[in-house]
Amino acid sequence: MSGQGFKPKAFQKVYTRIDNITKATCTITAQGISNEEMAYVDGRPAQVVKINGEKVTLQVFPGTQGIATNAEVVFTGKPPSVKVSEEMRGRFFDAYGLPIDGGPAVEGEEREIGGPSANPVRRKQPSELIATGIAGIDLNNTLVTGQKIPFFADPDQPFNQVMADVALRAKADVIILGGMGMSNDDYLYFKTVFENAGALNRIISFMNTTENPPVERLLVPDMCLTTAEYFAVDKNAKVLVLLTDMTLFADALAIVSNRMDQIPSKDSMPGSLYSDLAKIYEKAVQLPSGGSITIVAVTTLSGGDITHAIPDNTGYITEGQLYLRRDTDISKVIIDPFRSLSRLKMLVIGKKTRKDHPQVMNACIRLYADAANARTKLDNGFDLTDYDRRCLDFAREYSRSLLAIDVNIEIEKMLDTAWSLFGAHFTKEEVAIKQEFVDKHWPKIAEKA
Amino acid sequence: MATHGKVTGIVANLVTVQVDGPVGQNEICYITLGSEKLMAEVIKITADRAFVQVFESTRGLTVGCPAEFTGHMLEVQLGPGMLSRKYDGLQNNLEAMEGVYLRRGQYTAPLDIEASWDFIPLVKVGDLVRAADWIGEVDEGWVKHKVMVPFDLEGKLTVVSVVSAGSHKAGDTVAVLKAADGSETSVSMVMRWPVKVEVRAFAEKVRPFKILETGVRSIDTLNPIAEGGTGFIPGPFGCGKTVLQHAISKQAEADIIIIVACGERANEVVEIFTEFPELDDPRTGRKLMERTIIICNTSNMPVAAREASVYTGMTIAEYYRMMGLKVLLLADSTSRWAQALREMANRMEELPGPDAFPMDLPAIISNFYSRAGFVKLHNGKSGSITFVGTVSPAGGNLKEPVTESTKKAARCFYALAQSRADSKRYPAIDPIDSYSKYLEYPEVTGYLDANIEDGWVAKVMRLKDILLRGKEARDQINILGDDGVPLEYHVNFYRSEVIDFIILQQDAFDKVDASTPIRRQQYMVNRVLGICDEKLSFVGFEQVPTLFKKLINILRQMNYQEFNSDQFRSLESELDREIAARRVS
Repeated sequence: MSGQGFKPKAFQKVYTRIDNITKATCTITAQGISNEEMAYVDGRPAQVVKINGEKVTLQVFPGTQGIATNAEVVFTGKPPSVKVSEEMRGRFFDAYGLPIDGGPAVEGEEREIGGPSANPVRRKQPSELIATGIAGIDLNNTLVTGQKIPFFADPDQPFNQVMADVALRAKADVIILGGMGMSNDDYLYFKTVFENAGALNRIISFMNTTENPPVERLLVPDMCLTTAEYFAVDKNAKVLVLLTDMTLFADALAIVSNRMDQIPSKDSMPGSLYSDLAKIYEKAVQLPSGGSITIVAVTTLSGGDITHAIPDNTGYITEGQLYLRRDTDISKVIIDPFRSLSRLKMLVIGKKTRKDHPQVMNACIRLYADAANARTKLDNGFDLTDYDRRCLDFAREYSRSLLAIDVNIEIEKMLDTAWSLFGAHFTKEEVAIKQEFVDKHWPKIAEKA
Repeated sequence: MATHGKVTGIVANLVTVQVDGPVGQNEICYITLGSEKLMAEVIKITADRAFVQVFESTRGLTVGCPAEFTGHMLEVQLGPGMLSRKYDGLQNNLEAMEGVYLRRGQYTAPLDIEASWDFIPLVKVGDLVRAADWIGEVDEGWVKHKVMVPFDLEGKLTVVSVVSAGSHKAGDTVAVLKAADGSETSVSMVMRWPVKVEVRAFAEKVRPFKILETGVRSIDTLNPIAEGGTGFIPGPFGCGKTVLQHAISKQAEADIIIIVACGERANEVVEIFTEFPELDDPRTGRKLMERTIIICNTSNMPVAAREASVYTGMTIAEYYRMMGLKVLLLADSTSRWAQALREMANRMEELPGPDAFPMDLPAIISNFYSRAGFVKLHNGKSGSITFVGTVSPAGGNLKEPVTESTKKAARCFYALAQSRADSKRYPAIDPIDSYSKYLEYPEVTGYLDANIEDGWVAKVMRLKDILLRGKEARDQINILGDDGVPLEYHVNFYRSEVIDFIILQQDAFDKVDASTPIRRQQYMVNRVLGICDEKLSFVGFEQVPTLFKKLINILRQMNYQEFNSDQFRSLESELDREIAARRVS
């Protein structure tokens, strides 16, 4: 979407002489221009990135192909902004906040994007969980309001499907989806899924697809988060922001820094990558008024390499990470219980959920690890003990009924399922959970001698 | 007359200002944008152009915006009332800021100069004093906060007047001093000091000679940090850097704790804000927060102020050190500070060093670490700053510029190992890669042998030897198989496991185990070494893990019990019985 049909208004500064043009930038001679101001170059959106005396350099988001030195440059006098209101619910927008669903433009209060940070002393400690129905998340890696957490996924994994599931099931008041470099097919998938589920009134989407210029993506997270702040701060809503795919966002950062002649650091990424990502993720907040912003993102990996600068910097910023893995035993995608981690889960499990939650979670993972050892034994041609075999049986059912991403049940039900698996495969001693919980929850019928 | 200027260029937060008079390197200026004033620091000067880094967002700034230079470098305000405060990297009082979101150009006073304090004079008229001498004291919580002669005054000064004991406002004059040249200086309880300059008004900086107890066994026993010493903790994400640093901050036997949260997660700082006011300080019986100052510049706050935050923390630490106090300064993480330096060097188009960090990074880091130390004051008292920084190496690879530069500067190295974190062996301090240079100091080893027990250092070295031998044994077993090695290899491996589970691993979330006093560490080290020295008989290698796992389990239970309690003693008898049953008669 390039601002076609854009008409300069009377008070706006208009220039018609461009001094320099590069692949991504134009430099013109102008006065009284402010830093980070939005402009239109031949109708294309652009932003001021550098001012040196009267030389103003503009980054043209869609690129500069075909722009002539006498093209019209119009300055808006304003930084990039988004119009926020309740009307946004159910709508799809592009990276500039303009509708792409054929609907009318949204009326509302115009807010600058990329606003200031929350004062750390005004934040509240996160303490409320967000249920997603996915047991691999709710049971093992519980999400908490105000948390930020990415999926580390390989490009072949169904992360967008999981994101759509999370969006539909999460108990949040408003869900904001930011798509960056998303294929048009995936965009249509999200659109159809949301429409079919009748959940549109809770969902707002900002989309940059592969058909749009990559640099436009840079605006998407801030668009999403400024909208999120409107709902969380002004409306005290519990907002869930989904960002996919942050690796493509970082790639766009690298393109821009390269064009600005900056010296690249690790993996050709700009030296400021950590700060750039932190500025986005740290918008996740639990506000004292009750509103909150929670961020679930996708960071695609290349060949599972988490030492690459993008996942590495992300890991230092986010509060844990979730991994998807294909379990060949049940031929389904599961949430890997070993490598996934929600750093904030300790704030809610056993406190906001049933008391046996932490112990059940740990016992499941321990037994699942025993099953992994048994499998190694099997692969190496050693004999299995009875316990090993039972572990393997348990692991298969645990994977199918709890870890698979298509599971959709309440947390109480997850815990009950785990107990029935314990009862079916193990003795009380083998499960080794505190006696008071065993007395209360151990299945009565399936009891093993 | 103050120098003024006008903005002529802007790239992100690097702004060029054309000036009409003299400017100094690192001088602070304020750029006016509408009703807001943005603070900035001069980082380069070319003729009449000053390059300044703005500590805030430069959005909306235009060419021609006026700038006003202050004539001084970035300073902090020092005086009573800093304890338990939460500051940002520029020492703004975060509590005093309005609204949930930080507003650009909002600066708040670090100290309340109108607050009254009960002042007790420590000098009388006619006394000769010099910089940093104690003029009087006030009670700041449980700390005897000294009111000192401003650090920048030179030579001997005569006390012309001093107020009598009683309540005085922080900003009021409490004494007047006369210099040799006859000029007079009024002294209040508050002074200012530039953060990038070390406070050196002490008599001498001596070599550290005693250890600072942290209650963390793998530090105190294996690689102790000296009071006035330096250490750093590198580790990939998820290895427990922050948990370890929080544990140290809660338990260390320091008078003052200063935590610099530098470019890290806001929710981690919120955790400190929530927890510390609740936690008791075992030494004073008061709340932990009352001896703590937090400098908090989280990852989303402006990058330039992140660089300033570590200096702000250090300068406040130096101020309290001059009162003869033991200060512990923690910075999490120094990598984020180095990244802030990199972003600015990049914008200045400096030729980059490794990984695009500035060439002088090692010099900047070692210069900073050198500000810690144990000092003797002119009045014969001593004070110290012990500094522990964390490093977040990119990709967990320790061969990166920040880790390497820090390794040259810091004397203790606590490497967090991913493999230990993966197997939940916390704290994940690698016992073989980590080191403490202080174990090579004759002063420190002498102190340890005299204060813990004679021959202590030799015992520590034995622990290290057993750990190393255990690692070698495990490698051999992995290659040759359980029955491909002599039985002694299994015993060697399990001896190292006893040390690992009982001395190294520690449950930071358990009330008893979280912090171990040095006497208890000594007791357990002797128990564990005793077990390692036992001559035990085994038939077949399978019996080795069975016995040792049993011993480890009992010893672990002991770690969870109050020291010398009945349960502790009964577990110990159980331990003795198990060993006796296997002992070669």
